[in-house]
Amino acid sequence: MKQFAQLIQQIDSTNKTKTKVSALKTYFDQANDKDKVWTIAILSHRRPPRPVNSRQIREYAGELSKIPSWLFEESYHIVGDLAETIALILPPNKGESDKPLHAYLENILKLKSKSDEKKKAYLFEHWEKLNYYERFVFTKLMTGGFRIGVSQKLMTRALAQSTGIDQDVLAYKLMGNWKPQNTTFQSLILEENPEDYLSKPYPFYLAYAVEDELEDLGQPEDFLFEHKWDGIRAQLICRQNEIFIWSRGEELVTDKYPELETFKDYLPDGTVLDGEILAFPNNDIGDFKDLQKRIGRKNVTKALLKKIPVIFKAYDILEWQTQDIRSTSFKQRRQILDKLFQNLTDSITPFHLSETMQFQNWEAVEEERQKAREIRSEGLMIKRADSTYGVGRKKGDWWKYKSDPYSIDAVLTYAMRGHGRRSNLFTDYTFALWNDDKTELVTFAKAYSGLTDKEFKEVDRWIKKHTTDRFGPVRQVEAQHVFEIAFEGIAQSNRHKSGIATRFPRIIRWRKDKTIKDANTLEDLKKLIPK
Amino acid sequence: MSQPLLESNNKGIYCSQADVYIDPWRPVKKAIITHGHADHSRYGHKKYITHHLNIPIIKHRLGKINVSGVEWKENFTINNVKFSLHPAGHIIGSSQVRVEYNGEVWVVSGDYKTEDDGISGTFQPIKCHSFITECTFGLPVFKWQPQKEVFDEMNNWWKDNQDNNMTSVVMVYSLGKAQRVLNYLNSDIGTIYTHGAIENMTDVLRKNYDFPETIKITRETKKIDLKGNIVIAPPSAHGTTWMRKMVPYVTASASGWMSTRGARRRRAIDRGFVLSDHADWDGLISAIKATECEKVICTHGYTNIFSRYLKTLGYDARTEQTQYEEDED
Repeated sequence: MKQFAQLIQQIDSTNKTKTKVSALKTYFDQANDKDKVWTIAILSHRRPPRPVNSRQIREYAGELSKIPSWLFEESYHIVGDLAETIALILPPNKGESDKPLHAYLENILKLKSKSDEKKKAYLFEHWEKLNYYERFVFTKLMTGGFRIGVSQKLMTRALAQSTGIDQDVLAYKLMGNWKPQNTTFQSLILEENPEDYLSKPYPFYLAYAVEDELEDLGQPEDFLFEHKWDGIRAQLICRQNEIFIWSRGEELVTDKYPELETFKDYLPDGTVLDGEILAFPNNDIGDFKDLQKRIGRKNVTKALLKKIPVIFKAYDILEWQTQDIRSTSFKQRRQILDKLFQNLTDSITPFHLSETMQFQNWEAVEEERQKAREIRSEGLMIKRADSTYGVGRKKGDWWKYKSDPYSIDAVLTYAMRGHGRRSNLFTDYTFALWNDDKTELVTFAKAYSGLTDKEFKEVDRWIKKHTTDRFGPVRQVEAQHVFEIAFEGIAQSNRHKSGIATRFPRIIRWRKDKTIKDANTLEDLKKLIPK
Repeated sequence: MSQPLLESNNKGIYCSQADVYIDPWRPVKKAIITHGHADHSRYGHKKYITHHLNIPIIKHRLGKINVSGVEWKENFTINNVKFSLHPAGHIIGSSQVRVEYNGEVWVVSGDYKTEDDGISGTFQPIKCHSFITECTFGLPVFKWQPQKEVFDEMNNWWKDNQDNNMTSVVMVYSLGKAQRVLNYLNSDIGTIYTHGAIENMTDVLRKNYDFPETIKITRETKKIDLKGNIVIAPPSAHGTTWMRKMVPYVTASASGWMSTRGARRRRAIDRGFVLSDHADWDGLISAIKATECEKVICTHGYTNIFSRYLKTLGYDARTEQTQYEEDED
């Protein structure tokens, strides 16, 4: 544990990618194999399930620190991270512990089924033995996600440096459903196991957003264009008459979409498609809200299958006739995919194709993007015709060109302290729009991002001086400032007071030029809902 | 109910009996100043009264002012109200203010810390009926290590950076923290360079203190001279072109806010040393207990949370709005 905590401390005390990778490499050079496997698991989001729930862990930490629970909660709210709060608030450690990381994780796996009393005793024992960083890591392993500024990609890069194995090969080895307790460093990383490859997906290739002018990308003739569909990016694998569906989060989701089973009856052995799973109610593409009804569900009932069926809209083909064809050009891959689709479209109902388009000039591209909302896409994908299928996000070949977001002017009404990076500033805001006769402001969205640190500081100072009421951590402020709020999607909702749900709302700019009388109304917002 | 001895109005903490303000934020006739940080010592008062060690500091900041200095524990009386200043341990020249009238004693803490930093005087608790306290770090997550450990870490960090051919840049406030850090840096490791703002303030204080030698960075300073050495700079220098001369460098901040990882990330600093000129949670509680007071008024920091906790300990505690900044540390 000491070694791992030290690694986390090193990663934590630098902003430089190079330093982080070199700390990880040194760790992989020195740690024992069992600890390495667990470290890889943790840094690729494969933590063991929570052995103790959040409420219990807070209660125990408060008890050991001898502070009232409300004070613990206030502290947690300000620090913004539970493990960190606990590490800070506990009294200084008394003993020491030399147990290796894997021993802790094996304990944690077993702890889940133990009685509450045993859980508490286990936590107390180790909290008292571990120093600040060890405590932080130990508690972090039992609570939320382990996000500490190291992406899986960085970890893979360091592992590649340490083992001498190619980074892309490692990325491939680390995908899928392996469990740290059932594997070894030898078999996971060092050995070649062809049979494991049956269900293994390829790493997804991701696009960069177009930031500057379209013209800067080059000639439109060099690109193929598609609409950017708003569902779940997925890989559909057919090998040896079995189907595997992987989401981009590297989760095997085959069971959640039984209507896609049928692909196996028609696809030839050794076919891997890249595409988007989309909700398709009433024979038409639904919105993301429809799809959400399927995502969360473990048991897919017949009624739900009928009400919200899904389709697989294919973008690309990565493996064909058992051959990895990612290094052929996108144009060639699409020719194979288009032909496959033509042959099978009548046999496989949920098989759809994301049509490619070609344009002679960038104005036409812009025009096509304007149609995106109408056909329920998020914008356009721009892919270089001669591009290979890469790994991760690389600049240059694939671009996403999203529709401009919706936007509306709203009034700041409530504020809360931010989390993590912004934990001592009021940066979490609630915004309201006018009702029909402009007599009352109705809450419609919360937003946390979009202002610069300097602007946040300015708003923060204003909030502290213009608080009209407090509700626990929430401050009501004078209705005085107008902000332009952007969002990606909008739908009717009976769960929201305003009757409307917006997707990914964020602040575009502080409209210091506007007074609250200039802010929009709920009626204005409703007009934006697509018919 | 009779008028309280001290109350907060729109200009500052006011003693109506003596017609004197303590650390006012708007111009007044007569002001007692606890210490030289900008939010406590402002422009425009007709008359300033402060500890004599603070006089060079506020003159440096405010220019020509009418100021008289007093010693710690030296009594002065204004309209039958007895005043005296006592060490607060916050920065050089910082004081608490004791106010007594008709047997009733109030103390205004100003900013304070309970650990003796070797240059700012040792904080002394003063018995009183009412204590007006800061609580910048009034949350149980804030607990300071002994400063020796922190400075050992800082010197080791400097040494490590030097071994890696990097220049170390420490970002600290020019008044207080800069001198405290300077006082403990091990100049056997290398040369200590300073930003102009730090150099000027330190110069003002050298008369009374024996700080290690520093070299101000100027246009003429060469990149090669800085390599492997340490630079003390104010936080405002972070991310500016001024830093170019130090490449390749590693940055650090030394502040109580560095306790939380989030605060460190927000400042985009490589290394955070937890080192504060304010009292930590245990320091605040022990300071309040030592005053044996009944009433506590919390002015700046996590005032609501802290006063709520004090109530559970049996104090008559409340908060009062002031315009002192929460993040100067």
